Amino acid sequence: MMAHDDEIDCSGMNCPLPVLKTKMKIDGMAAGSTLKVITTDPGSCQDIPAWANRVGHEVVETGEGDGKFWFMVKRGE
Amino acid sequence: MAERKKMALIAAQGSLDWAYPPFILASTGAAMDMDVKVFFTFYGLPLLKPKIKAKVTPAANPAMPMKMPFGPKGFQNIDWPMPHAITGVMPGFDTMATGLMKKTFKKKGVATITELRDMCVMLGVELIACQMTMDVFGFEKDDFIDGVTFGGAAAFLDFAAEADIQMFM
Repeated sequence: MMAHDDEIDCSGMNCPLPVLKTKMKIDGMAAGSTLKVITTDPGSCQDIPAWANRVGHEVVETGEGDGKFWFMVKRGE
Repeated sequence: MAERKKMALIAAQGSLDWAYPPFILASTGAAMDMDVKVFFTFYGLPLLKPKIKAKVTPAANPAMPMKMPFGPKGFQNIDWPMPHAITGVMPGFDTMATGLMKKTFKKKGVATITELRDMCVMLGVELIACQMTMDVFGFEKDDFIDGVTFGGAAAFLDFAAEADIQMFM
């Protein structure tokens, strides 16, 4: 797993909370830094990449295990 | 980065189930860098009051599943056969159904309407109260949460005409 600058755990949250919490978190981070997002909502596997693509961030790595999903989101400019 | 998209929503229903779609889409749209305006009209208008008292009624929702938010999974998955002829006239049934829905939503990690509305405000969604509905149903401007704006059909359509997404709920 790649290095990341910060992390947000959205375990137990359902749509649209993981996207909203992730957006609020990454807004406070520097451009180019990476946020690790952890979720349990299967819908977030489509939603996090769709959101990131729309707003100019990049999902550089994803994974799953132990009933959880994780996404490395690199903040755009 | 892509040009900012615009989304125009009309929220015309005030029941708990119908309160969700506009607030979910508005908050998510704003999180996706869209300019979002929601026009609250008719029964949607009370969703702008500080305390949201939205309820759900099985009587008007023939397809609504009746499930229990507690007990073993098999028990929770039972869709209780409740004839509308009975639930429609049973005192307190809507309150009970509302309580069960809220409990289930909380357990499944779904935000409350108030939480989603707070996020809409935080993310810059414009919440517009329909002036005509206010007059008809007897609402004053200070009945609503701070930040609500006021307008009519033309003001909404002026924005909607330029919007990429328009939806009526």
